[in-house]
This record gives sequence, C-alpha cells and structure tokens, in this order.
Amino acid sequence: MKHNTTKKNKFKLMLKDNIVFFAFVVLIFLYICSIFADFISPYSAYSSNKELSYVPPSNIYILDKNNKLTFPYTYNYKRIFNESKFKVDYIEDTSKEYKLKLFVKGDEYKFLGIKTNIHLYGTDKGGKFFLLGTDINGRDFFSRLVIGSRISLFIGFIAILISVPLGLLYGGISGYLGGKVDIVMMRLAEAIMSIPSFYLLIILAGILPANLTSTQRFILITAILAFVSWASLSRIIRGMVLSIKTREYVLASEVVGQSKLNIITKHILPQTLTFTIIAVSLSIPSYILSESALSFIGLGIQQPDASWGNLLKDAQSYIVITSRPWLLASGLMIFITVLAYNILSDKIRDIFDTSGS
Amino acid sequence: MNILKFIIKRLLEAIPVLIIVSLLSFFIIRLSPSDPLSEMKLNPAISQETINYEIKRLKLDKPIYIQYFYWMKGFIKGDLGYTTNGEKVSQKLKERIPNTLVLSFVVFFFTWTMGVPLGVLAASNQNKPLDKTIIIISTIGMAIPSFFLALLFLMFAVKTGIFPVGGLTSYNFSNMSFMNKVFDIAHHLFLPAVTLIIISLASIIRQMRGNLLDVMNSDYLKFAKAKGLSNFKILYKHALRNALNPMLSLLGFEFASLLSGAALTEYVFQYPGLGRLILEAVLRTDTNLIMASLMLGTIMLIVGNLIADILLKLLDPRIN
Repeated sequence: MKHNTTKKNKFKLMLKDNIVFFAFVVLIFLYICSIFADFISPYSAYSSNKELSYVPPSNIYILDKNNKLTFPYTYNYKRIFNESKFKVDYIEDTSKEYKLKLFVKGDEYKFLGIKTNIHLYGTDKGGKFFLLGTDINGRDFFSRLVIGSRISLFIGFIAILISVPLGLLYGGISGYLGGKVDIVMMRLAEAIMSIPSFYLLIILAGILPANLTSTQRFILITAILAFVSWASLSRIIRGMVLSIKTREYVLASEVVGQSKLNIITKHILPQTLTFTIIAVSLSIPSYILSESALSFIGLGIQQPDASWGNLLKDAQSYIVITSRPWLLASGLMIFITVLAYNILSDKIRDIFDTSGS
Repeated sequence: MNILKFIIKRLLEAIPVLIIVSLLSFFIIRLSPSDPLSEMKLNPAISQETINYEIKRLKLDKPIYIQYFYWMKGFIKGDLGYTTNGEKVSQKLKERIPNTLVLSFVVFFFTWTMGVPLGVLAASNQNKPLDKTIIIISTIGMAIPSFFLALLFLMFAVKTGIFPVGGLTSYNFSNMSFMNKVFDIAHHLFLPAVTLIIISLASIIRQMRGNLLDVMNSDYLKFAKAKGLSNFKILYKHALRNALNPMLSLLGFEFASLLSGAALTEYVFQYPGLGRLILEAVLRTDTNLIMASLMLGTIMLIVGNLIADILLKLLDPRIN
C-alpha cells in the first residue's frame, strides 16, 4: 500500500513542473485528436479531386466587403493556367462566399461502430475549406494529417505489445537456464544488436511484398519495428534475472517442483516490471521516429493510407516544397510529439533513476 | 601485451556474431518474395537467354543454402560479387566509402569539439540561465527527425541559392585548382554536415553534463572542496578526467551509428554516401550489394565499439 502512495506522489511531483505538465497536456491533446480523427477532420483521408492538386491553404475572412465584422467565411479556389509562367495557379473565386460552420454534415465514417457524417467544422454546401491546403491528389492535407496521426501515434504502443513479451521471455529463459543455452541465445541477441538498426529496419521493410492490404502492411511494419528493438531489452532483462534467480523464494518454488516456465513467468519476470515499464515508456518516441523514417523513404506505410512519415514523402522534392511549404506540417507534428515525449521521459528518468537498476 | 590479448579475444568473439548476422540477413533477403530480376523480365528488349544467363550467374537456380555458401566463399576471399546492374560491388563500395568517411569525420570532429565543452559549461553553471538554455536547445535538437531538418535545410538552400543541392562536387570539379577543389567539397558538405551535427550534438552535450554532475557529487570531490582546492582546479583537474571516461564508450558507438545513421540525411541531400547506397540497394533488392553494405556496417559497429573499449582500457586503469 505504502509503495503505491509513493508512486502516486512521484507522479504528482512530475506534473508540478510547468514544462513537463505542458508536454503532458500536449500529448493528451494529440492522442484525443487522433482518437476522434474522423470527427475533427472535415473530409475523409481518401476523397481526392484531380482539379485541386496542391491548392494552397484557404484564407479565413472576418470582414465583409464593406469592412464590417461578419461571420467567418472563405472563398473557393479556382484553377487557372498562367500562360506567362507556364504553370497552374490557384486564385480565389470571390464571387461567392462560403460561411464556416461547426458540426456540418460531410463524408460518412464509423465511430465506435456507429455510422455518422457529422464533422467538427466545414463550410456551406459547395464550399471547400482546406486549412492546410491539399496534396498532389487534391486531398485535404489537414484531414490526412489528423487521420495519419492514428498510425504514427499508436504504432509505438502496438509495437511494444510485441517486443516486450518477446524480450522478457527471451531474456528470462536465457538468464534462468544459463549455461550453453544462455550463451547461444545471447550470441543471437548480440548479433541482432550489432547490425546497424536502421539497416536492419530497411532490409526487413524492403522484403515486404507490394500487394499487401493496408492492415496487413501496418501489422507487418509494427512487427518489424518490434523485431529491431527486442534484443536490447532481452539483454538487460537477462542481467536482472541472473541476480533474481538466486533469491530464496525462487529456490523455494524450485524445491516445490514448479515448472521452469512457471517460475520464469510467474516468479522472476514480475520482479523486473518497474524497470520494464519505465524502459518501455522511454522507448515510444524511437518507434514514432522509426515509423516515420521508414514511411518517408517509401518502405513503410504506403499511399493512399496516411501516416506522418509518408505525408512528408511528398515534400522530398525541393521543387515541390519551395512553393508548397504546408507539406512540411507533418514533420512539425513529429517534432512536437517527440519533443513532448522526451521532456516527459527526462522527468521520469530523473524521478525513478533507472540508471542504477 | 594484455591489450593485444584483449583485442584478439574480442576479434575472435566477433566472428560468430558476423556469421550469425550474415546468415540471418542472407536468408531474410533471399526468402523474400521480391524478385531481383523483375526489372529485367519486364524489359522487352532483354531476351529470355540473357535472363537465363543472369539466373545462372547470380546462382538463383540453386537452393538457398548453396547460394549462401557461394556468397560466403566469395566474401572470405574478398570477392563481393556483382550488383544486379553488373557493376562490381567492391568498386561501388570503394566509390562511396570515402564520401561517407569524410562526412562522418567532419561531423564527428565538430560534435565532439563542440559537445564536450558545452556539456562542461552547462554542468559548471548548473541550474543557471546558461545551463537551462543549453538544455533547452539540446532537447529541441534531440527531437527533430533528421530527415525533417534535412528538408528544411534543403528548402533553405534552394530558396537562397547559397548552397549547392546534391552530390559532392560541382560539374567542373576536374578543372579546378587544388584550393578550389577543397572549397567546392566543403561547400557541398556543409548542409549535410550541419544537419548531422545538430542531431548528434544534443546527446553528447547531455551525456557530458550528466557525467560531470555525477562526478561532482562524488565523495572524493567533496573532499577536494573541503581541502580548499579552487573550483577551477576541482573542475578541470579532478572532475573532468573522470567524467570523460564514460564518454569513451559512447565515442565508439556514436561513430559507428553515424556511419549508418547518416543514411536519411544522405538520401535527402542526394549525397553519394554508403547510407544512400544501401537504401537504393534495398529498393532494388540487390542481394550482393545489400549483404556487402550490411556486413560492412556491422563490422564498423563492432570495430567502433572495440576501439572505444581499448581507449577506455588504456585511460582508465580500474577497468579489467
């Protein structure tokens, strides 16, 4: 009981720091946004319009033609061909104003199994409001950014569900059995650790066949991220198991005649829990970075699905980004998320001081 | 002699690791459903005979373990085989390794000569504004994805036109005088190097600061203070030396990870380095090229760690 209260206090202490608290709020906000992504985004991530490729962000006007304050409205963009520059330009079609509204009907989506078509914001019928412009296929960039956050923000958690049990069990077995088994198992783990992790990542992602459905692809990419990272965890766990297995209660359960697997999973591994939880929570930003790096070079999440990494892929060509800087927004989101996580984990590390254990 | 024994022992230990790595990666690549000859097969100008010849040449008709033994035999002899384009893998690596080494050395030099003093500066001003500023900047530096920063610099380069985009040399490089050549390379190297320096500087600063603070809190430094030594002497004569030791193990790791971590930056800047080579090889399923660069990367990681351990052994007599 006492143990619990100190942990609670530690958590309170953590949030007392203003910056840490702010980082925590930012993360909560991002995760809420990504859970309600379909509602927050005005359009679906897939609704494209070839006539509206790379449209700049829509402007919001609050003054009407007589310079009087009015309800916020926007204009649609019109595609024109600029003959002197020989390129397509978009100009605002000022003949019709479209009012911005909250809770408008739009593309249908499913939330918790309920079909609905209410979106947080939108415009009058016929209007198009692109908060962050559009991508090459004329899809609303903001919608793709919000919907893509689901993959980018949650891939870390799902990868952990694979890598942690694997690392725990592998390290546990290796440390508990010892001897030749231990040597062989640890050599294998060391071999995986001595491959530069980015190389391993791209090789594994590179062998995925092209004809996967997006769900299959997501699962496999997650599995790859987990595969690259379980080895180091297993090595640390093994070290801890080596010291835990000499304790009396472990010897006692051996005498009672419990199976080896039972001893490892029920008596030894739970002792490493505090360390594991902390180590794992510190590793989430690295998963986010790995996913976005993979998708950025085109080996991760593929079009038409959106993730922060593959949204940035569009911006690779400098011809594209110099005239369409809004495409960099997803990079900024990755940066903000990782920054918030790092601030939080610095504090966690300070408080729990994992270096000793 | 002790050191020599240690080196030999470590090198012998590395052999099984390398064998496991090569087995693992060879089977991963070969068992993948993608076909290294798919591009050739789609090209109507290439006859079936050529394709059959290619299959024979790349030994794709043999079982996988035979293929592995052929590869292994070649690797030990130093023959790395040919790429799917018919170029020699060793030639390809020879072109790229110097470029990556130049980039890595430049980045390595500047991150350490800047990172260590900044870490010391932060630690000796603990909790003062200067310390906080350094911490904030390094926290930001750690959170920026390298490819995002590279894109921002790329945009800057294109908009201002001050820096060239792509490659390592200008088109008229061969006609330049020696000084101009050096300047030209530096000019091309600048943005990729700055990107990597910003990314890797942060961790060095934080590590150095943390180490120094740990040492400053130790009993023997409290004693030194009680003895009446000046702060300057405590910091530079006693604390710094001990705080630098743990940095050495980071040194090897940093250098090795720089070699592989530069891939994304090289990719964005179109820099002709090793990282981009392996990326292109993966995108083309070029088995020989992937295997060679992977083994090279692994060897460099192992050697990097080894060098760090040797340095540590030489400088810290407490370590056995």
